Amino acid sequence: MNAAFALIARDVKLALRTPAETLTILAFFVIAPTLFAFGIGPEPQVLARVAVGIVWVVALLACLLSLDRLFQAEADDGSLEQLVLAPAPLELLALAKCAAQWLTTAVPLIVVSPLVATMLQLPDEAYGTLLVSLLLGTPTLSLTGGIGAALSVGARKGGALLALIVLPLYVPVLIFAVAAVEAAVAGLPVRPHLFLLAGLGVLALTVAPFAMAASLRQASE
Amino acid sequence: MNWHRYASPANFKRLSDRLLPWAAGGAALCLGVGLWNALFVSPADYQQGETVRIMYVHVPAAWMAMFAYANLALAGAATLVWRHPLADVAGRAIAPVGAAFTFLCLVTGALWGKPMWGAWWVWDARLTSVLILFFVYLAYMALNAAFDEPERGARASAVLALVGVVNLPVIKFSVDWWNTLHQPASISRLDAPAIHSSMLLPLLAMAAGYTLFFVAVTLVRMRAGLIERRIDALQQQHLADAERA
Repeated sequence: MNAAFALIARDVKLALRTPAETLTILAFFVIAPTLFAFGIGPEPQVLARVAVGIVWVVALLACLLSLDRLFQAEADDGSLEQLVLAPAPLELLALAKCAAQWLTTAVPLIVVSPLVATMLQLPDEAYGTLLVSLLLGTPTLSLTGGIGAALSVGARKGGALLALIVLPLYVPVLIFAVAAVEAAVAGLPVRPHLFLLAGLGVLALTVAPFAMAASLRQASE
Repeated sequence: MNWHRYASPANFKRLSDRLLPWAAGGAALCLGVGLWNALFVSPADYQQGETVRIMYVHVPAAWMAMFAYANLALAGAATLVWRHPLADVAGRAIAPVGAAFTFLCLVTGALWGKPMWGAWWVWDARLTSVLILFFVYLAYMALNAAFDEPERGARASAVLALVGVVNLPVIKFSVDWWNTLHQPASISRLDAPAIHSSMLLPLLAMAAGYTLFFVAVTLVRMRAGLIERRIDALQQQHLADAERA
């Protein structure tokens, strides 16, 4: 357990000392929606209709951007083998890496998301649900993304391959998260969607550590 | 019965020599009989008219897309658990075939959807989950080919195949869990199938034909895969010998 917390602390410290990476992803998260505003047109009603979808899709892509270094950096400098050989279970360490990724990427995204939602004219009554859906959904993104990152360690064409692996696995999260926020906009009950979103998170939490550990062991052979 | 006996490449070749003519012949026979009955003998539907005949190509393709994926996942499990080279060859052989069935299912579905639903594509749960299945097949193939050492690609893609299994129950039950435009199951129900025997029998013949076709093509592809590995090994040996000399 201590090893896991130490790993999280190390990754967070690394992210704080080189804030450029996180800031670049945040900049992407703010800039990409403006492209939608130009592409779709500035009419408030049209933007309000698609705001949730854009915020979530861009958050998902921003999450994807941060993933290709998740285990590749360790593999490059050789510390991945130390993680595999460490006495602490690799499943736990992989989980810690995902937790650190979530803290350093998803949390800043969640903090900035109301700003992006305002730019896209999201109706006022949906902000709470948007934040809750991001809080419940992004851990799943980090965990499933962690599987993709672990699988593609050492692959020849990392980035595009990672997108191909991870994006299909992201679809359920996107569906239920957007359904929840749209239900909030329409004044319908949001809890069923949020429960399903939380259920997906539990599923990812159960499956991902083992899948990540299995693929990391292969990568370091 | 000791199944490991069939896992050696030489024994697999002998087994496939014996199975292949039966599978290929059976596939040709079932597909011939099934298509003839589906296209000419079976009646048109009272609602769908002649477009119901697309169903005989579409439904078995959907079944095979899932059946092939289940096999891919089994091959993946065998790759990870026993590290057997034949399992890896099997996975690599199955993936493009399964992807082709999934694609056939999506295309025939679109062709049927246009006259029936008025749209080539709708974002309903069944269609979306099958589309994701297609993407997972693509990801499997990309990951399998993405590494310099083929073994690493085999094992990484095996993990992905196992993770993707969560999609299979979603596809199967999507029509029950969500209120979809796609019609619910009419054959695998606890009571009698909700389809008349004049349509059910050609459908079953087509399904048998698809299955045998899948078996035959997989066997051919696995044999080709084994021969490729043999060629690789011989070339490497040849290079090593040349260096020593």
